[in-house]
Amino acid sequence: MNFSEVFKQSNQLCKVSPDGKYLATCVQYRLVVRDVSTLQILQLYTCLDQISHMDWSSDSLFILCAMYKRGLVQVWSLEQPDWHCKIDEGSIGLVSSRWSPDGRHILNTTEFHLRVTVWSLCTKAVSYIKYPKACQKGIDFSRDGCYMALAERRDCKDYVSVFVCDDWHLLRHFETETQDLAGLEWSPNGCVLAVWDSCLEYKVLLYSLDGRLLSTYSAYEWSLGVKSVTWSPSSQFLAIGSYDEKVRILNHITWKKIAQFEHIATINNTKAVVYKEVEKRPAVGSDDLSLHNITIGTTLFNTQSKYEICPPPVQVPVVKPDPDRANPKIGVSTLAFSSDSRYLATKNDNMASVVWVWDMQKMSLLAVLEQTSAVRCFQWDPRRPRLALCTGNTKLYLWSPAGCVSVQVPTEGGFQVQSLNWHCCGETLILLGKDQLCLCYMDTDQEDK
Amino acid sequence: MPESSLDIFPPKVKDICSSSIECRPSPLRQSSQSSLPLHRNYMLSTFCTEKNVQECLSHISQEVSSLGLPPVWMESGGSSEMNVVAVLNCIYDLIQLHRRGLRTLENMEVEQLKSSSNLDYLQLTSTQLKEQLELSKRENTGLLERERQLQLKVKSLQNCLKNEKEEVQKLQNIIASRASQYNHEMKRKEREFNKLRERLNQLLVDKKEKKQAIDVLNNIGRADGKRSLWKTEKTEAKHEGEMYKTLLSDYDIRQRELLLENAELKKVLQQMKKDMVSILSSKKPTLKDDQHQDDDIQADLEEEVFDSSKESVELYCVHAREKLTNSIRLQWRRLKSHVERLDNQASLAQIGRSKNTDAVSRETHEEEMDRLKLEIQQCKDFIQTQHQLLQQLSSPYDEEKASLLSDCYMLQEKERFRDEWKTLEEQRKIFERERRNFTEAAIRLSHERKAFEDDRATWLKHQFLNLSPFADSNKPQMSKSKSAFLISKTEASAASAPEKLIKRPSDTTSPTPRCVPLTSPSTAELYPTLCLVPENRSTKPKRLTEHVEESSNFLNGNVPAQHKHWNDREDHSSHTLTKEKTSSI
Repeated sequence: MNFSEVFKQSNQLCKVSPDGKYLATCVQYRLVVRDVSTLQILQLYTCLDQISHMDWSSDSLFILCAMYKRGLVQVWSLEQPDWHCKIDEGSIGLVSSRWSPDGRHILNTTEFHLRVTVWSLCTKAVSYIKYPKACQKGIDFSRDGCYMALAERRDCKDYVSVFVCDDWHLLRHFETETQDLAGLEWSPNGCVLAVWDSCLEYKVLLYSLDGRLLSTYSAYEWSLGVKSVTWSPSSQFLAIGSYDEKVRILNHITWKKIAQFEHIATINNTKAVVYKEVEKRPAVGSDDLSLHNITIGTTLFNTQSKYEICPPPVQVPVVKPDPDRANPKIGVSTLAFSSDSRYLATKNDNMASVVWVWDMQKMSLLAVLEQTSAVRCFQWDPRRPRLALCTGNTKLYLWSPAGCVSVQVPTEGGFQVQSLNWHCCGETLILLGKDQLCLCYMDTDQEDK
Repeated sequence: MPESSLDIFPPKVKDICSSSIECRPSPLRQSSQSSLPLHRNYMLSTFCTEKNVQECLSHISQEVSSLGLPPVWMESGGSSEMNVVAVLNCIYDLIQLHRRGLRTLENMEVEQLKSSSNLDYLQLTSTQLKEQLELSKRENTGLLERERQLQLKVKSLQNCLKNEKEEVQKLQNIIASRASQYNHEMKRKEREFNKLRERLNQLLVDKKEKKQAIDVLNNIGRADGKRSLWKTEKTEAKHEGEMYKTLLSDYDIRQRELLLENAELKKVLQQMKKDMVSILSSKKPTLKDDQHQDDDIQADLEEEVFDSSKESVELYCVHAREKLTNSIRLQWRRLKSHVERLDNQASLAQIGRSKNTDAVSRETHEEEMDRLKLEIQQCKDFIQTQHQLLQQLSSPYDEEKASLLSDCYMLQEKERFRDEWKTLEEQRKIFERERRNFTEAAIRLSHERKAFEDDRATWLKHQFLNLSPFADSNKPQMSKSKSAFLISKTEASAASAPEKLIKRPSDTTSPTPRCVPLTSPSTAELYPTLCLVPENRSTKPKRLTEHVEESSNFLNGNVPAQHKHWNDREDHSSHTLTKEKTSSI
């Protein structure tokens, strides 16, 4: 495993182009585009203000830089560096900006969700979509880029509009049976739309592309409901994480529950492997503990850590949430299927330092990764069953069915990994610190051999 | 006790007193007994005097008769003298009566004691019971009180519950009303909000100075390179078509998957069916004796069903499927019953076998068991040796073990050395003994030699004297000196080391072949026995000459030279002997 040198970055804005050739990073109001293989700067663009959002177009030819405070969007072309485009939303404000799947339109959501403005870069044409709903996930494009589903709120009722992305033709418009729609997501094959209600009610609705209600699923009533929903890449399973610390798996034929994964604090499952991260602090003399050393010396934080396999039963640390607070820190908030749909990684919010990996063939718990600190982010390798995670310290953790490793990021100045992204080839990992970034190269060739 | 004091009184009085006691009621007895004797004692002197013998007699006879005894005094005889026999009888009877009375008294007393203790016990128990009763009564009242309190509490709690329920109901109503109110409010707010948004939107759109704008250097082409189309009904229809197409293709894919799955399942079903049929048909001949008709019918049925199922592989119609599932169900039922029957048969057969062929099977079983046990033992041994080997292999890495082992080895070696030492010691002792024997033999031999030498000397002297009558003054002196030398030598050697003693035969023998042509057989025999074969015969002359040369300045050269030679030979022989000794030791 190799690591690149460290680059500057701000707002954790750093993205690899969809074709995997370029790496775009934002530093304050500058946009830097590098070649992924050589890391040499190919282009440097200067925006009008500090960039708050950046995104690649699907064809890797354009980069969108949004400056929400100024209500501005600037678009840059990689092929023609002198080409420029500036979209000013004016006094109506801007809260979100995104590319349409074709990479020729930009969808801007205005403040207060007044409307969604669709700007065409081909014709400069503007179209508006009224009544967008301000919610967890109100817009979703199908994987093939043909359709867009948009959650709407009209007359105190929830609606879903399905648009054809090609010419923004409204294909379907239907009312959903939700109290307060919280999100929607297309199945990867683009034929089923999952719609779920707000956490006050456990309700998941499944609509066909043509607007027919396929099924309704509700596990329980009264207590807080759905927290997260994810489709498996094969569109075979729909995983629903909820506030009752369980994940329920629905199948794609009957839309009934076929499995239920419980996140219990005491792991008695003998078939699951529990990896526990154990830190070994290097011996530090009392003289070294002065404030000066702590602020400057980063070696103090460079603790060694490794995984130990714990035999069951294992007690997982649990934090009891404050019942008086809204949005309690309990329940399954993050779900991620591996690229081959074979594994599911989950995180239960009141067990923040634990990542659970479930086997989707056996429908059982496969591995538990107990970290020393709260897990910030985890992501599956897009090519093979390999999970990368970070906990906001100087280490990178990797899990695969073969085992578990923790790797110290060997950079100066205590690079603390806050977030990570896989390169689409699955051989490079982009590690994001607070204002730095670093590339991690996997020695996959050696592993394959 | 008063009885003991009574014993000293004359029997008569005692009788009276006892009889009087007997008729009295028991509670008064004790007091009367204590007072009566004294009273009687006093009366004794006054009861009968010379004057009132008659009266006394009559009184006594009255008394006696009142007791139901024969009269003591017979008036019929006219004489007033007493009938001694009657009196004695009477006295005896009285004594008997008295004894009986005493016995009954004792019994009574014992009984009384018993009854009194009984009474005490009963009284005690009664008091205890009374106490218990009191206690339980108190408890009862306490419990009653508690029950009352609890009932009160229950009542209050029930009231509370009722209140709570009412409260809950009230709260639920409140919640419901609030929820509806909130919903209403929310809707109102949302509407307002929407209105506001609308208004804001309107205002912002109408606003001139800061409008939404796009500033593009030059328009870019569409990603697909096509030109955008006008929105027409045609495009709408096309979109619809495409949508349905995607949906259809998805359903197609799904249907294909399901078909595949179904086909696979059907294959499995078919396989199962075939297996079932084959199992059932193979078992049929054995069963035929039991159920002739049934099986025939079944076989026909099976064939028919089998054919139909074969058809169903090709025909995916509802009818065929139904047939297939039905046939499978039928087969399954049959298989189940068959298995059950087999089970029954097996159990029956087992019982039968246990009756008939039990002995043989058991024998074979035992044989097999023994064999297996042996194998297990072998395997265990093998494992043991492997274990040991492993331990041996691993032991070098273990320092402690190694040191321990080395200690063990040291000990073993020590033991071994000690044993060897013992054997050596024993051998040494044996040698010592042998040597002693040898020295003894040598001493004896030397004595013999000396005697022989003396004899010879005398003989030589005689010869010499006989042969040369002239030079007789010198020679006898020489022989004397020589013999003297020899004696001194033997004495010295006998006193000192045994090696020298053993040397002796050599110097005793050496002179014989030289000086004496007629050697005695004893010396010749000594050679092989002592392993003293005279060696270096070739060198001897040389030495001799040397000695001769050396001793040439001596007065009588021949004889000293001989002496020298003897010495030399003696040295040599001693050398060889010592050599032998060392090697043997």
